[in-house]
Parts: sequence; structure tokens; C-alpha cells
Amino acid sequence: MVQEVVRLPLAVGEELAIRKNRLGEGGKRFCVVTGTHGDELEGQYVVWRLNRLLTEHPEWLCGTVDLYPALNPLGISTITRGIPLCDLDMNRTFPGSETGSMSEYIAAKLTEDLKGAAACVDIHASNIFLREIPQVRVNVNTASRLVPMAKRLNMDFIWVHAAATVLESTLAYNLNALDTPTLVVEMGVGMRLTRSYGDQLLNGLLSLMQSLGMWKGPVDPITDPLLGDDGNVSFLNASGPGIFVPCVGHAARVEKGQEVGIVADPLTGEIRETLKSPVSGLLFTLREYPVVYEGSLLARILELQA
Amino acid sequence: MEEKILFTVDTPYRPSLPVKGWFFGNPEKKSLAVMGALRGNEIQQMYVCARLVRALEAVEKAGLLAEDCGLLVVPCANQFSMNVGRRFWAADNTDINRMFPGYDAGETTQRIAARVFHALQGYQYGVQLASFYMPGDHLPHVRIMETGYQHAEEATAFGLPYILLRTPQSYDTTTLNYNWQIWSTQAFSLYTTSTDHIDEPAAATAVEAVLRFLSLKGFSRQMFPRLTTRPTLFRENQLHNILSTAGGLLLCRRKPGDPVEKGDVLCEILNPCTCEVLEQLRADCRGQVFFCHHTQLINGHEVAYRILPDEEKGFLFYD
Repeated sequence: MVQEVVRLPLAVGEELAIRKNRLGEGGKRFCVVTGTHGDELEGQYVVWRLNRLLTEHPEWLCGTVDLYPALNPLGISTITRGIPLCDLDMNRTFPGSETGSMSEYIAAKLTEDLKGAAACVDIHASNIFLREIPQVRVNVNTASRLVPMAKRLNMDFIWVHAAATVLESTLAYNLNALDTPTLVVEMGVGMRLTRSYGDQLLNGLLSLMQSLGMWKGPVDPITDPLLGDDGNVSFLNASGPGIFVPCVGHAARVEKGQEVGIVADPLTGEIRETLKSPVSGLLFTLREYPVVYEGSLLARILELQA
Repeated sequence: MEEKILFTVDTPYRPSLPVKGWFFGNPEKKSLAVMGALRGNEIQQMYVCARLVRALEAVEKAGLLAEDCGLLVVPCANQFSMNVGRRFWAADNTDINRMFPGYDAGETTQRIAARVFHALQGYQYGVQLASFYMPGDHLPHVRIMETGYQHAEEATAFGLPYILLRTPQSYDTTTLNYNWQIWSTQAFSLYTTSTDHIDEPAAATAVEAVLRFLSLKGFSRQMFPRLTTRPTLFRENQLHNILSTAGGLLLCRRKPGDPVEKGDVLCEILNPCTCEVLEQLRADCRGQVFFCHHTQLINGHEVAYRILPDEEKGFLFYD
């Protein structure tokens, strides 16, 4: 049943409504949220697939599933990453405030609606610049609780990252602080759907639900993810402007010293920079958008033992 | 006065962009730095700095700067976005003022923030001409983050009538003001009414505030008349937010600085197609309008006005 979490009037003949679809009833509650950033669409396919499956097989569901396809409907509808009008990153507005501005009010209502779930999965899709393998990002302070759950999600990689004060305004941080275990998935690339990744995560969601005792239906075997932290992730950034032309594929295994790509100058025909991998490992992030500036992230590599 | 390029930003399809600073006084001393536009819409902030450059040039030429005073003014660090009418870094829409203290091996705006911070670090005092995330106009005021390192009483030297203390939220920890303080600079944000358009009287007020600050701190020998009013120090959460419930056309009836009584009409929200009055927002206390939403369209649950109640006024350590 489609329900409204929050509805507010917009200026001219329209209302902003954030909706969820509730399937099943009673028991534990499992939430899947996506669309916080309006340019990240990978979660749309996943939520659609899960929605269809749960609708077709209600007999396999034990409990309640809430699906939130668009936390930032104005952003998605206008291909805008943040919240249009105020230009804020919605994932820096949590836990929000009932007495604050519209964005803070929405954040407060969403937090209120989501808290108390047995688990929540927040699906992101990198941005328009970078392509990511299916992965779960876990704050080191919540790793002991969340990594076992993250392993159920059928993702290729779990990245346990350092805590940062600025991340305390994310949805996941605040739900975890409210004792609502929340996993952040990053996969694919902005403004696109990667169907294979979506299918992979769908099976992971069912696996997680199964572990929570909420799913009696079939689940395909899940992958054993790589586990890494900031200490074994290397970054490749451009040292100057130009066009990035990769020479390896995304998710490739690379050797230390192997060429990853070049930064080229279309005006002069020069190669400004040749990028080489600083370690041997898995190239789990690869730049998708070719125009780069000094500092633009080109690739991330998870160091692996031979 | 010496004009210097602090650093350049290289781009693939546009010429290199120099970020310039104007230095005054003793180049060995770091007394006060002023940062203008970090965002592409901070026209007023850049303008205030530009006027300050001219004013300080005159002060220096008149021999009124103290010998042990060294000043830096950076009017704009983001012409890349300003010249194409974008608020944030136009290549990836990130906000330089959410990247401090910066990271010189990080992404583009982290590196820019690191270079800006490198230029601004080590000064005894720092002033940022800041803009607010909500579209609207403020009373000119000094804003200070309560990091535990702040000395709010120092802000009285600006001579502005209001000093606002803000408890930092997690997202504030990557702003220039916050990091300046953490790295031992007494940091103040000056809010000068507008952002994307020039307000000349407000700009003149801001320039005078900085010059007065320099004089009271002994960095210049300019003379200023003694203030006759006491500044008001208050915490941000003491402001009363007046929220819209309807969406529509916003017609403001009161402006920043206006005194209001409880029940006074502040604005009307009209049906945009019929002009029917959907809502009248009224003051919920006696006080002064501190902030006013300034776009002509307003949504439901927006902060339309902020009122500083009279009972919050008048306490301070200033005579």
C-alpha cells in the first residue's frame, strides 16, 4: 500500500510528496531507501524488482517491507543531485528538525519514519563522474555490528572507512545512532541503471531478509565479499587538467606499476600524464566522466595480496 | 599594497585562473586576513572586499597602519563558477566552503580549499564575508562558531549591532570559519544583508566594521567615533523562526531591522493564480526582524522570517 511520509505545498499548484510502498504487515520491518541524490538512479531498478517480487509472492514475506524509491523527488525529476532551490546535499541534513526549514523538516520526518526498523539499506550510485563495483560502505565505529549484515548483501566489497564529523549528518549515521542498523550501498554510476548490479543487490536484499527471518522464498548463493579499510585503498587523482582516457576496464585486476590510463590534451595532442597503479589489486572505482581537473579522482584500487 | 597571485587553478578549456590576494603593511606579520567569495554567487562579498582593498590602500598611503600590522584581503577564489553564473564549483557542484581545511592530495575543491587555507592560515584574526544557505536578507551582523576557542567579546570591535553565536553542527566542521578557529585564528563571519546583488550601504557598513576593528585592535591609527549603542550578543537558537504553511507568492510587509509587535503581519502568501491570500504570517513576539526570505515564491514549511525577541537584547560585556 502506497503511503505518504511527508507532503508539503510547493509555491505554484503542486505538492511535494515523499511516498513509500508498504508490503506485508506486522513482524519485523525492513526498509530500502534510495533517491537521496537526484542523479543516482541505480536504486530505482532494485526497488522496482523487489517491489514486483514481494507483490507476486506475499506468501514468502514474513514481516513488513517499506520501499522508499525517491527520498528527493524534486532532485530526481530535475536531474539534480541536491535538493533544488536550496541546493543542499540532502544527505547532509539529517537528523533534521521539525522547526527548521523545508529540507530539515523533511529529514526529520524521514528519520522518524525509518527509525526502529530491523534493518535499512540505503542505495546510492556514486555520482555521474565515477563508476563503482557493488560495495557496502561501513563506518568503522559501527563495523562490528554492521559488517556481518553487510556480508549478506551479496556485494563484491565491504569498505570499512574512517569516521568523519561531517558524516554525522548522513541518514545512515543518524539511523545507526538511533539503533536502526543501516547499510549504505554504492554501486554503478550516476544517471544510469546497471542491471547486473541491480540483480546482484536484489539477491543480497533477499539474503539479508532471510537472515532476519523475514524471507522464506528462494535465495541464490551469495558472494563472499572482499573486506578492506582505508589502509588498503589507494587513490589515483589527476595532477592536471585534460581528458582522462582509461586503458583498463572497470573492476579489472591490476598490477603495481601497470598503466591505468592517460590524461590527454585535445588542443595540443600532448599526453599530459600517464597514470600507473601504485599497488596490485582490484580497480574498484573508475572515472566515467572524462573531463578532469587537478585533483579529479580517476580510480581507486583495493590492494590485494598475490 | 602588494597584489600577489596566491595560486592558480588550471582548467582544460579555459585559461588558468589566478586567485589573488592584496597584502598591506608589514609582509612579515599576519594580523588579519579577509576572505570574500568562495561561492560563485557571492557578489556582495567580493564587492565588500574590493571596497576594502581601496580603503586599506588609502589608509596605508596615509601612514596610518601600525608597523607591526600585516593584512591580507582575498576578494574571490571562485571566478571559475562566478563567471558562468553558478553558485558551487561549476565542474562538479561541490562547495569549497564545505572542504576546509582542505586536502592537497584530494579532489579538486579539496585542493583549492587547502591552498586558500594555506594562504589564510596563521593570521591572528580572520574575517569571512559569508553568505547564508537560505535565500534571504539579514541584518548586518557578526557570526561566531562556538568551538570552545572563540573569544566572542573580541567581536565588539567591529561595532556592528549584533553578534550571533552558533553552535556548530557536524556539517559546519568543514567550513573556513570553523577550521580557522581550530587552527588558532580568531575567526568571524560578517553577514552584510545580501549575497547575489550589491547593497552599497551594507557594503559600506561592512568595510567600516573591518576598519574599526583594525583601529580598536591597534593595527591602524584611524579614528572612529565612539559607539553610542551596545551590541547585542545572542545565540542562534534564540531567534524565533516564522514558518510558512502555505506555498505561493510571497509579499513581504516587513524588512530586516523593522521593529515588530506580537501579532504584526510580516508577510502574505498569495495564491499565485488568483491572488487570494492563503496565509498571513505574523510576529510571535515583540522584537526586530532579523532575517527575511527574499525570493518571490515560497514553499510550505520554509523559514520566511526570523525575529530577534526584545527580551534577548541588551546583554553584553561592552560599555
